[in-house]
Amino acid sequence: MSDAIKNGFQAAPLDRRNQRNQRVFRLLFLTMTVILIVPVVVILALLTIKGAPALSWGFFTESPKNGLTEGGIFPALVGTLWLVAVALVASVPLGVAAAIYLSEYAKDNLLTRLINLAIINLAGVPSIVHALFGLGAFVLFFKFGTSILAASLTLAIMTLPVVIVSTREALQSVPQSFRLACWSLGATRWQTIRKVVLPNSISGILTGVILEVSRTVGETAPIMFTGAVFFLPFLPQSVMDQTMAMSLHLYNVATQVPDIPEALPFGVALSLILMVLLLNSVSIAFRVHLRRVKKW
Amino acid sequence: MVSDTTSTAAATATGKAKAIQTRKLNLWYGSFQALFDVDIDVVQGKVTSLIGPSGCGKSTLLRSINRINERLGYVRTTGTIEVMGHNVLDPSVELTQLRRAAGMVFQRPNPLPLSIRDNLLFAYRLDRGGKGSRSDEDEVVEKALKEVLLWDQVKDRLLQKATELSLEEQQKLCIARLLPVKPSVLLMDEPCSALDPEATRAVEDLLWQLRGEYSILIVTHNMAQARRASDECIFMLMGKVVEHSATVEMFVTPKHQETADYLEGRFG
Repeated sequence: MSDAIKNGFQAAPLDRRNQRNQRVFRLLFLTMTVILIVPVVVILALLTIKGAPALSWGFFTESPKNGLTEGGIFPALVGTLWLVAVALVASVPLGVAAAIYLSEYAKDNLLTRLINLAIINLAGVPSIVHALFGLGAFVLFFKFGTSILAASLTLAIMTLPVVIVSTREALQSVPQSFRLACWSLGATRWQTIRKVVLPNSISGILTGVILEVSRTVGETAPIMFTGAVFFLPFLPQSVMDQTMAMSLHLYNVATQVPDIPEALPFGVALSLILMVLLLNSVSIAFRVHLRRVKKW
Repeated sequence: MVSDTTSTAAATATGKAKAIQTRKLNLWYGSFQALFDVDIDVVQGKVTSLIGPSGCGKSTLLRSINRINERLGYVRTTGTIEVMGHNVLDPSVELTQLRRAAGMVFQRPNPLPLSIRDNLLFAYRLDRGGKGSRSDEDEVVEKALKEVLLWDQVKDRLLQKATELSLEEQQKLCIARLLPVKPSVLLMDEPCSALDPEATRAVEDLLWQLRGEYSILIVTHNMAQARRASDECIFMLMGKVVEHSATVEMFVTPKHQETADYLEGRFG
């Protein structure tokens, strides 16, 4: 008869030590998780408490006045929407097409692996490097000047790897058996992509794109030298105009303007965060919808 | 699908018309040779079983017939594979045409995430380059479903997602969706291995009914199934064909020692 049965399954000293270790580690991991959440909560709370008094209807609909010390954020809000929209127009078709090629057509050879490596490295390039590249390439070489076009293209290049990676993930979440079924029924690759792969990954692709947008909204460095400016009394009329932008505006009111009411920078920061949260919640809604629709 | 009717007719006259014929078929995955000088003849209108231990090349052989294995990119093939008298390895062969003429059923039922109706019309619409009229399509759907004995179960829910059907129904649907484009050959890769015994029986019965109009080549691991539900058996070992004979003969009086050993479960 084994000891366990002789003792009636009671804990031995070794068991007690194992159980104690298990509790210690559980507590350790829990503590780390809580520590991680604290800054997020503090930031949001601080911004809300300090920034909320600045928010009003006028804050969102008026221009800044008196050297940014008064007034609202309207031109920056509109400018950011311009920048994001143009960046999307450039990066989404390019990124999605590249992802489709890499995931659905490309064979696994040296060239493909090099391209994948390049994409991963591109994602790791610091945004200030992208900014200087944008300045050199779009502002100076292509002579777009400092403009929405130059700034958006810089943003697009910076976000391209993420669009490609998230799209590729969405495409690869479609089971291989569907592709095999399609091909065996005499569909070409393109017919397979159009009729089965894309319809079943489109929500995933969109989710990635929206997450991408929320990242683009907050970027400051890539637009500083390429199209965003300190102050403009009017809204941009075309992609060749300069514009104000939320992220740069926040930087300016927080660090560049003396004698500013304390609530104003917090109000701008809160607005920026709200913008990002709004976009993220749309993306989460997409994801929920995606899970509900997809059944296989 | 088959334009060359004269040669088919001539072959039928001899009484041994071949649906599939391979000669000196060698196949490599990269540097690994999976098939060695494979010569098989699949008689029209019969069910032929491909049996052999795992890794003997039977699935590879099946998948080389509709050239679905070429998607891997590193597959190299020499020799000839004729389907209904035409060499499918000929450079001029249009893969989409070949694949509709030689329909394939997979191990796990793989209906597309579309409605039952759209699944059945998938190949049909590809074949005619677009949707047909409502009444034509209705007719196609009904005919195909009746052929696989699924019509009564699903006729009231044709717009339901095919992926919600039971596995047996899904597998029958996967067979049914091949039929509207009038294939000559059905290639089946262990079509019952994901099904329970009752569903297996139902699908086997179905295959038996479809024989005659279609020539069926079926890969199976299940000896009892090969014995009950096929006219001829091909036994493969290490990428080579060891024996090809009528099922009854193979199971009662195998000509080779390896065949006998395998059939009796001494390896595999």
